[in-house]
Amino acid sequence: MADVNRGDRPLSPHLQVYRPQLTSVTSILVRITGNALIVAALLVVWWLLAAATGPEYFATADAVLRSWFGDLVLFLSLWALWYHTLGGIRHLIWDSGRGLDLKSSYTMGYIMIGGSVLLTLFTVLVI
Amino acid sequence: MVQFTLPKNSKIRTGKTWPKPEGATNLRKFQIYRWNPDDGENPRVDTYWVDMDSCGPMVLDAIIKIKNEIDPTLTFRRSCREGICGSCAMNIDGINTLACIYGMDEIKGDVKIYPLPHMPVVKDLIPDLTHFYAQHEAVMPWLETKTNTPAKEWRQSVEDREKLDGLYECVMCACCSTACPSYWWNGDKYLGPAALLHAYRWIIDSRDEATGERLDDLEDPFKLYRCHTIMNCAKTCPKGLNPAKAIANIKKMMVERAV
Repeated sequence: MADVNRGDRPLSPHLQVYRPQLTSVTSILVRITGNALIVAALLVVWWLLAAATGPEYFATADAVLRSWFGDLVLFLSLWALWYHTLGGIRHLIWDSGRGLDLKSSYTMGYIMIGGSVLLTLFTVLVI
Repeated sequence: MVQFTLPKNSKIRTGKTWPKPEGATNLRKFQIYRWNPDDGENPRVDTYWVDMDSCGPMVLDAIIKIKNEIDPTLTFRRSCREGICGSCAMNIDGINTLACIYGMDEIKGDVKIYPLPHMPVVKDLIPDLTHFYAQHEAVMPWLETKTNTPAKEWRQSVEDREKLDGLYECVMCACCSTACPSYWWNGDKYLGPAALLHAYRWIIDSRDEATGERLDDLEDPFKLYRCHTIMNCAKTCPKGLNPAKAIANIKKMMVERAV
């Protein structure tokens, strides 16, 4: 590789100056929701483990998950699950070579944001 | 590697505010990144005021005016002033574009100008493109053939020639690659949108006879597959090209030849 930093050259600003784009924001959110869902999955596993351990431990875990904070975490996890699913579908469409023009990418971005909110609310109403 | 903050020597200070031109009524504020390799100090952002009544419509017109009339030390690359040489690529108003074809009427508020993002700075708005050019060279951007050279030219059908539209127009300004977060974090090993667009331009050229070797060369966890379809490249390309689509087509060819 060529020597690209002769004389202690500064690095030009990047995240500090680059304006967020709909496509870049929806892209990083897929990654963030994916990682957050690992934590959410661990919470559910903990809840099941508590149920297998005994009634007292389950009562504690259940109380945590049913508290207002637990409710909020699970509600956001539900949104993350829908958002991440829609993001996965968008990647499948892209991998087939379709929808790669800017207009389709923007449309799919709006569908992911709006769709994940609507699906989350719908899920809450049904359950 | 992902590093969200700037290294210590790259942190930006508030710079100098240059005097307003006398007698002007239609002033516009410019904030421009400055770094001088000779004074040993950190980069800074200087403030300039330009009289829009005596200035051309493009961002390049304004920075040339600043250099001519306010501050002759302001340093930037420019040449053709019509979007074909790719020299004046810089980060303007938060996106990468060519200063010569970006109108100031497209910008709301102050005009903020930085060098292309996440690059070593040579001086002011000039990034070091050595590595970027080396990556372009690495994809062998020329016709590779094995059969004997024909007596006249290498023939190509009209349909096959049309496959090169949207690819050959690239002027190598580096706007796309330096807009790509993947290239920011892994630019040492990931080829980036510009080099990959050029790779695809030769992969689908019907006259080229090294398609297999070209694909072999890109079959690598970093060179090609660091593209996560973030689409900043296509959004920012001043020539309206779509490197993300070219990269997706290469990935598709990789799958097609494997199954």
